[in-house]
Amino acid sequence: MAKVKSLADLKKIKEELHAKMDLREKSNDPDAQVQIKVGMATCGIASGAKEVMEFLIEATAKRGINSIVTQTGCMGYCYAEPTIEVTMPGKEPVVFGDVDLKKADEVIEKYIKQGELVDGIIPVNYKTIDNN
Amino acid sequence: MEKYKMHILICGGTGCRASASEAIQNNLQDALKAKGLEEEVQVVMTGCFGFCEKGPIVKILPDNTFYIEVKPEDAEEIIEEHIIKGRKVMRLLYTDPEKKEVVSDSKHMGFYKKQIRIALRNCGFINPENINEYIATDGYAALGKCLTEMTPQAVIDEIKESGLRGRGGGGFPTGLKWEFASKNEADQKYVVCNADEGDPGAFMDRSILEGDPHSVLEAMAICGYTMGADKGLIYIRAEYPLAIERLKVAIKQAREYGLLGKDIMGSGFNFDVEMRYGAGAFVCGEETALIHSMEGLRGEPTVKPPFPAESGYNGKPTNVNNVETFANVPVIINKGAKWFKKIGTEKSTGTKVFALAGKINNVGLIEVPMGTTLREVIYEIGGGIKDGKKFKAVQTGGPSGGCLTEKHLDTPIDFDNLLAVGSMMGSGGMIVMDEDDCMVSVAKFYLDFTVEESCGKCTPCRVGNKRLYELLDKITEGKGTKEDLDLLRNLSTVIKDTSLCGLGQTSPNPVLSTIENFYDEYIAHVEEHKCPSGQCKALMQYVIDPELCVGCTLCARNCPVDCIAGDRKEAHIIDTAKCIKCGACMEKCKFNAISIQ
Repeated sequence: MAKVKSLADLKKIKEELHAKMDLREKSNDPDAQVQIKVGMATCGIASGAKEVMEFLIEATAKRGINSIVTQTGCMGYCYAEPTIEVTMPGKEPVVFGDVDLKKADEVIEKYIKQGELVDGIIPVNYKTIDNN
Repeated sequence: MEKYKMHILICGGTGCRASASEAIQNNLQDALKAKGLEEEVQVVMTGCFGFCEKGPIVKILPDNTFYIEVKPEDAEEIIEEHIIKGRKVMRLLYTDPEKKEVVSDSKHMGFYKKQIRIALRNCGFINPENINEYIATDGYAALGKCLTEMTPQAVIDEIKESGLRGRGGGGFPTGLKWEFASKNEADQKYVVCNADEGDPGAFMDRSILEGDPHSVLEAMAICGYTMGADKGLIYIRAEYPLAIERLKVAIKQAREYGLLGKDIMGSGFNFDVEMRYGAGAFVCGEETALIHSMEGLRGEPTVKPPFPAESGYNGKPTNVNNVETFANVPVIINKGAKWFKKIGTEKSTGTKVFALAGKINNVGLIEVPMGTTLREVIYEIGGGIKDGKKFKAVQTGGPSGGCLTEKHLDTPIDFDNLLAVGSMMGSGGMIVMDEDDCMVSVAKFYLDFTVEESCGKCTPCRVGNKRLYELLDKITEGKGTKEDLDLLRNLSTVIKDTSLCGLGQTSPNPVLSTIENFYDEYIAHVEEHKCPSGQCKALMQYVIDPELCVGCTLCARNCPVDCIAGDRKEAHIIDTAKCIKCGACMEKCKFNAISIQ
């Protein structure tokens, strides 16, 4: 890599590397972020969950939303794959089903940005024991 | 550049490496490769996470899952379950010992809740062998700010304003020290980093150098800028191979980036850093002894003045700061003195790193704001005393500090408070003792260390400490008298008053503080010839309770010196004069008839 010849150079390197470290910094305070889990079991991936996840990672970053996008296992709604679970800071998680790229865009624009619920919500029908 | 969706951080501190964290890293990488995920998941070896008790630590981001006591063979399961299926590996999560609940996120663990990490900010967060990760977390921005926007005096004023005090033990205001060094004119000046961490059980500086070496290099350059020095020297003990290795890598990378060398960031300021290795002598933590050792002379202290700021390395103005002190500097420049002053107490600002050790549940490295009480550190962060035993004492400041008791638990920790109660901050060793520890033996242990480490220059330290040790030894042998206690006190005062350097001036502290705080225990040793905690072998006596003894002869048959007499089916008796106190009889007895008195 080229030498750092000025403070501007240093800032440039920092900007370039920011995306890489961003994930780590956010993880220090996951509760303050929008947490999105994408069901990535066989059924989810077959229905296009991978593309949806990539879209969510890129779109939230581009639109300036502080979010953590993680993959999770099968949520059990195989009839409605791909499914995503969105947890806004301080709120209960909401699960959306049949999320294609269009739906993902709608979830970001309406639910995450404005708090409006959109079609496709799957009601919570079980509790998890992992209650940390 | 690859876009990673997940990061796996593995602790690469000395403790976790000793428990095979490198093998874990390799296995994780192999497992990822096998699944074709190496482009999506980044595996990073970082510095120490601090929770050494439960190492090796593996942390998975972004969900911030904290796995403890991971073994190399667990790697495949972590990848298979967590990374692919999104299910946490429950058996590797931390369980809160009190609430018995599984905690997967380190933020909610008692050990981390009260901590504020400034000096350790990047330990367990970045890869110490990658300068890019340091730069991405504001690294070298402070140096850039100083060189382009601030005058040397403005930097000194900022550090003075922050109230930062030397973290190596003395607690001298850092800004003032820099100012002295800057005012002395000379053709050559030096910045020295004191990485000669010598307290038994202390590993703060080692962990910073292993986990975030660039922060120290950056701060040294900033210091060089303020005082007009173009040369930095790191004095480090050769017994820290990993820290040395990482420093070498860091220096090389910084030079390649032009962050060390000539005309840094186009400012015309030159600065470079070299390493000097010490042989691990405790006295070389004292700055004049350290400088002599670097010059190739014997590591012996000399009279101050002249202070190193006037005449130090090779007779030139030299500024010596400890590793942890340096690690605080870039943050102060970046965030400002006002921000820093808000943390801690009025006279001791900021945080302090402690190496928590001894009879405590969560052994490890912690960083807390000054003013945190000992109770918070021991019970909330440390998780209380091991095996549910009773707290007895906490030793702070290493061989120079003292033992504090239950009544000091609510003392807020800062430089002045600890001095006031007869101990000291020292470099940050904190050893917790429980009811099974004999305080006379503890004092003896530290004296044994100082006798060994005294450089021998001053008679009171060379001879006096040896006599102190002999007196303590006599007491633990059960041959002490009450007069010996007065002698201990007098001699201690003389050594403190007449020694040249910090080693001798503080070495009697463990004796004085234990006599002060545990007088009863000394009295029990010299008057009743008993050791209340049963640690002093010479004062123990094995006795057989005739009520419980059924005369099975098992003890007599197992006694290696045949000192147990008695007929079959009748109570046995131990001849205490012949007994060698091996404990074999007590171990064998099936009726709990044998006890120590």
